[in-house]
Amino acid sequence: MPSSPISAAWANNMGKGRILALLLAALGAAPGAAETLGDATKGAAVFDKQCKQCHMIGEGAKTRIGPVLNGIYGRRAGAVDGFNYSKSMARMGADGLDWTIERLDAYIENPKALVSGTRMNYRGLSDPDQRHDLMAFLRDYSDQPQNIPESEPTALRTVPDLAPDILALQGDPEYGEYLSAECTTCHQKDGSADGIPSITNWPEEDFVAAMHAYKVKLRPHPVMQMMAGRLSNEEIAALAAYYAKIEN
Amino acid sequence: MTLNRRLFLATLTATLAAPMVQAQTRPRVVVVGGGAGGATIARYLAKDAKGALDVVLIEPARTYYTCFFSNLYLGGFRTFESLGHTYGKLAADYGINVVHDYAVGVDRDAKIVTLASGVALAYDRLVLSPGIDFVEDSVPGWSTASQNAMPHAYKGGSQTQLLMAQLAAMPQGGTFAMVAPPNPYRCPPGPYERISMVAHHLKTNNPTAKILLLDPKDKYSKQGLFEEGWNKHYPGMITRIGPDMGGNAIEVRPDTMEVIVDGDAEKVDVCNVIPAQRAGNIAMLAGVTDANWAPVHPDSMLSKMDENIYVLGDATNQGDMPKSGFSANSQAKVAANHIRGALTGSKVFPAKYSNTCWSLITTDDGVKVGASYEPTPEKIASVESFVSQTGEDAALRKATYEESLGWYTGITTDMFG
Repeated sequence: MPSSPISAAWANNMGKGRILALLLAALGAAPGAAETLGDATKGAAVFDKQCKQCHMIGEGAKTRIGPVLNGIYGRRAGAVDGFNYSKSMARMGADGLDWTIERLDAYIENPKALVSGTRMNYRGLSDPDQRHDLMAFLRDYSDQPQNIPESEPTALRTVPDLAPDILALQGDPEYGEYLSAECTTCHQKDGSADGIPSITNWPEEDFVAAMHAYKVKLRPHPVMQMMAGRLSNEEIAALAAYYAKIEN
Repeated sequence: MTLNRRLFLATLTATLAAPMVQAQTRPRVVVVGGGAGGATIARYLAKDAKGALDVVLIEPARTYYTCFFSNLYLGGFRTFESLGHTYGKLAADYGINVVHDYAVGVDRDAKIVTLASGVALAYDRLVLSPGIDFVEDSVPGWSTASQNAMPHAYKGGSQTQLLMAQLAAMPQGGTFAMVAPPNPYRCPPGPYERISMVAHHLKTNNPTAKILLLDPKDKYSKQGLFEEGWNKHYPGMITRIGPDMGGNAIEVRPDTMEVIVDGDAEKVDVCNVIPAQRAGNIAMLAGVTDANWAPVHPDSMLSKMDENIYVLGDATNQGDMPKSGFSANSQAKVAANHIRGALTGSKVFPAKYSNTCWSLITTDDGVKVGASYEPTPEKIASVESFVSQTGEDAALRKATYEESLGWYTGITTDMFG
C-alpha cells in the first residue's frame, strides 16, 4: 500500500487528513474535493450517525451486528472470524478483494453496487466529503499505512440497561420460529433487505437489546415499538435464538 | 386415557391388518383462494408440516396481480408487471398441489369441494380465503355488467389496467369521479390513496383536471394525513362530497357517464365505482356467512358455522382488524398453526395478530397506520395502535415510503416463496 507520495507525506509529519487526501489523489479521486477530504473528527460524527448502530470500532471493539472495523484497511473482505457473512461477501473475499480506500469508498457509497448480496442494510452515503471524512476516521483504527495510537472506545450502542436475568434467558428457537411468522411479513428470512432491515443472523444479545430498546421506546420506530411492546421477555429470547441460527 | 389409547392402538392394528384398498393418505387441507390469506397459509402449512400434510391450493389466476400497491401503478410509481406473481415456487419448492380452477360448491357433510371443471376434492380441513365480492345493487345504476364503463378496480388485474387506461385517456381539464364504498370494505385507506395517486398522475399529465370524491362516510382512515397532503400537493384539484351533501345517495348512469348527486346530473370522464362489499361468493355458497361476512373464532380463524372450515382475510367478520392483505397474511399464520395442531398434533401457540397499512400521497411522501391485536372471547381486539402524524419531516416520510417497498417484497415473498 505505501507508495512514494504517502511515504513523503508521512516523513513530513503531515496531518492524517492530508495523507488521506494525497492517497485519494493518487488513486484518482475527484480532484475538486481535495480541500474538504479526510477530516477524522468530522468522520467520527458521521460514524456515530451512520454506522454505530451495527459496527464497533476502537479499543475493546467487538463484532456485533456488523463486523468489527478495527484494522479494516488492508483486510480481506469477509475475513472476521465468527461473523456470518453473506455468500456474496464471502465470495468477494475468496476472490481476493482487500479493503483499499478505493473499494471502501465505492462500498460505502453504494454497498449493493460493489457486493450485490451484502447483508449490510445500508443505502449508501452519497456525499463524497462525508465519505472521505468517515474513511479518515476509520483509518485511525487501522495499522496501514501507519501504526495507530491507542484510543478510547468510540462505538457505543444505544441499548437499555437490561437486567441480568433478561440477558440470561435461553430462548426456545421452535417458539421463536412460530413467532417469526409475524416478522417475515416485512423482514425477509434470507437476510436480503430493501427498505426494511435484515434481522437474520444477529447475535442473540444484540437482538435482545434491540427488541428491549423498542419495547421501552428508546428506539424510535412505531411499528417495531408496537411489535416489541407486546412480546414477553421469553418471547424476545425465543426470537433471538431463532434468528441467530437461521441458515440460508 | 389408557383405554382410549388401547382402543386407538386396536383400531390402528385392525386398519393395518386389513388389505389396503387405497394408498396411505396424508390429511388433506384444501385452500380456496391464492391471495394474501390463501397463498400464505398454503405455504406455511406445507413448509411447517414437512410433508405430513397434502396441501391443495385452488386459485383460478395463473398470475396473481396484487390489489395492494395497484394504486402506485395508477400514480406511475410501479409497473403493472411488478404487481404480478405466479405459483411456481409453491408447487416446485413446497410441494403444494396448485389447481387453477374455480371452487363452485362445498358439501360440508361429505367434506368435498367441487370445482368448475367438475372435479370433486375431499378435504380434512378447508380454508376459504376468497376476498371480496360486491353487493350488486349498492350503487343504483351500477352492476357488474357495467364495470367496463365504470370500473371498480378493487380486485387486482384487468380492472386495474382498465382504470389506468381510462385515466390516461382523460381529456385535458376533464373530471375523474370516485364513488367510495360504505364500511366495512377492503383496505380502509385504499380509496384515498387512490385519490392521491390519481391526483399525482393528473398533476403530471393533465394539470387542469378535477377529481370528484363521492363518499357515503362521515370520516375515513388517515383523513387528516390525506387532507394535509391534498391541500399541499394538489390544491384545488380534489372535491369531496360527504354524506351531508348527498355523498351517501349517489346514482350512476354508465351509458351516459353521469353521476347523480343530490338530484343533479354531473357528466364525468372517468367514474371509479367502488361498491359495497361482502365475503367472496364461495363463502356464501358454503353457508359459513352471517349476512355479508363469515364469523370466525378469534383465537384460530375457525368458522363459527363449521369446525372443519377456516375463513381468512377480507371475507371474515372477526372484530377490530381491517380488511387488508397484511391482516390476511397475519391471520393465515395463526390458522396454519391451529390446523397443524389439529391434524398432526404439533404444538399450538397462542394467537397474535398485527396489521400495518402504508399509503403514498405523492413522491416520497408515505404514511402508515397500524395496530396489534389479540383474541378475546368476543372478537379479535385491538391492543395498541399507531398512525403517522401530520407535519412530519420529509426524511421520515421518505423512509416510510421506502419501508412500504420493503414490506411489499417481504409479504409477497411470504406468500409466494
